[in-house]
Amino acid sequence: MKYLDEYRDGDIAAKLVERIKRAQTKPWVIMEVCGGQTHSIVKNGIDHLLPKGVELVHGPGCPVCVTPLEMIDKAHAIARRPDVIFCSFGDMLRVPGSDGDLFSIKSQGGDVRVVYSPLDCLKIARANPDKQVVFFAIGFETTAPANAMLAWQARQNGMTNVSLLVSHVLVPPAIEAILSSPQNRVQGFLGPGHVCAVVGYTEYEPLAARFHVPIVVTGFEPLDILEGVLMVVEQLESGRGEVENQYSRILARGGNQPAQDLIAKVFEVSDRKWRGVGTIPRSGFQLRADFHDFDAERRFNVHAIDTMEPEICIAGQILQGIKKPHDCPAFGNPCTPQHPLGATMVSAEGACAAYYAYGRHLKDADLVMIGANGHGHN
Amino acid sequence: MCLAIPGKVVETFVHEGMHMARVQFGGVTREACLDYVPETQVGEYVLVHVGFAISRVDEEEAQKTYAALAELDQLSELDAPVVDEAPGTGSTTGSRTGSRTGSRTSS
Repeated sequence: MKYLDEYRDGDIAAKLVERIKRAQTKPWVIMEVCGGQTHSIVKNGIDHLLPKGVELVHGPGCPVCVTPLEMIDKAHAIARRPDVIFCSFGDMLRVPGSDGDLFSIKSQGGDVRVVYSPLDCLKIARANPDKQVVFFAIGFETTAPANAMLAWQARQNGMTNVSLLVSHVLVPPAIEAILSSPQNRVQGFLGPGHVCAVVGYTEYEPLAARFHVPIVVTGFEPLDILEGVLMVVEQLESGRGEVENQYSRILARGGNQPAQDLIAKVFEVSDRKWRGVGTIPRSGFQLRADFHDFDAERRFNVHAIDTMEPEICIAGQILQGIKKPHDCPAFGNPCTPQHPLGATMVSAEGACAAYYAYGRHLKDADLVMIGANGHGHN
Repeated sequence: MCLAIPGKVVETFVHEGMHMARVQFGGVTREACLDYVPETQVGEYVLVHVGFAISRVDEEEAQKTYAALAELDQLSELDAPVVDEAPGTGSTTGSRTGSRTGSRTSS
């Protein structure tokens, strides 16, 4: 545990907090984009360590959370077919659709399988030539190279029993939508580290310039987040709005070029609906025309499914940083990780699930110090 | 699920035209595609997301990041079942739970 102790050293954290306090003279609202960062912030109580004038709000970067309800319903319609083996990342199994979740379809006899990698679908398809294997290709830019490779390999190998139900979303258009909203409170961003490891951060530069907003690409470990907050606060206090890279030990400005090359061959940018938010122009990927034979929506003719979001869940406002989980009347009762009303209560990276797991549904939530054991963790 | 997990490349091979590797994460070894970091050598560390290496990292960074992910309970994707892995490489996942204090985090 040597490295962990070194890295989460309370002294270093305290010094970073002190530097943030010294730098900050005005109130600022900063959004962490990535769900992994949200989880780390809530688990380690980082928001409670910061001075009162620095407020962290939680962003849309949880792919499970933003997959729209109608796409879940399309997945369920396909997964119920007796000729289909439906493959998904484990996080999606408990996400509620209009009528149950994938887990319940599995319990009713549907062949729903959790896979580690999209490439597992190729093996399953070869072993089951009489079945249609469908992969629920969700995710942000980090997951796009993996999902692109599945489509690419399926086509290269002439596989007729593999298809993808694509619900891919992109971070920069979501940031643009948040900044363009009349309700926006966010003045600076912690950018998503592992997303940028794939696509780099050049796309964030015009956003930072246009909205004059600091965007600091940041890791997810507690000291990364504190350093990222410090860099954002320093920019805000000095009137700068630039892209900076806190996570340079992992990623460079250009990202991973071979991954970007394959993404561009398989996917093209399209409008996408975000759960609880609505359609954001040019905010996702769809398969290019060359790959339409591998598009599960076309293969199983589920285009027409269109679902309204339930009114009680305020996940859409939480994902845009307008509200926090405990602002929701359903938070903790009746909405819990065991009986979620919305996807932000399902994924460990969802703000509601993180708040619930670390006791934020209780009154006067205790301060959780960095280095302490996970208080209130189930 | 946008987090990538660091692991050590212990074997490389080509499967159906893809550069593949066996990558060791704590006590678990899984396959990963190296097509996006093709220069990677056996013994080096990579960040792996859903079976794809997306970046190379040095050993110290890999150790720190792995320990931090374990602390955040963000290693669950490694528990997904193994699907008929490549011939001759076995198909046992073992149990990640209880193996985190193995050679990677104690060194």
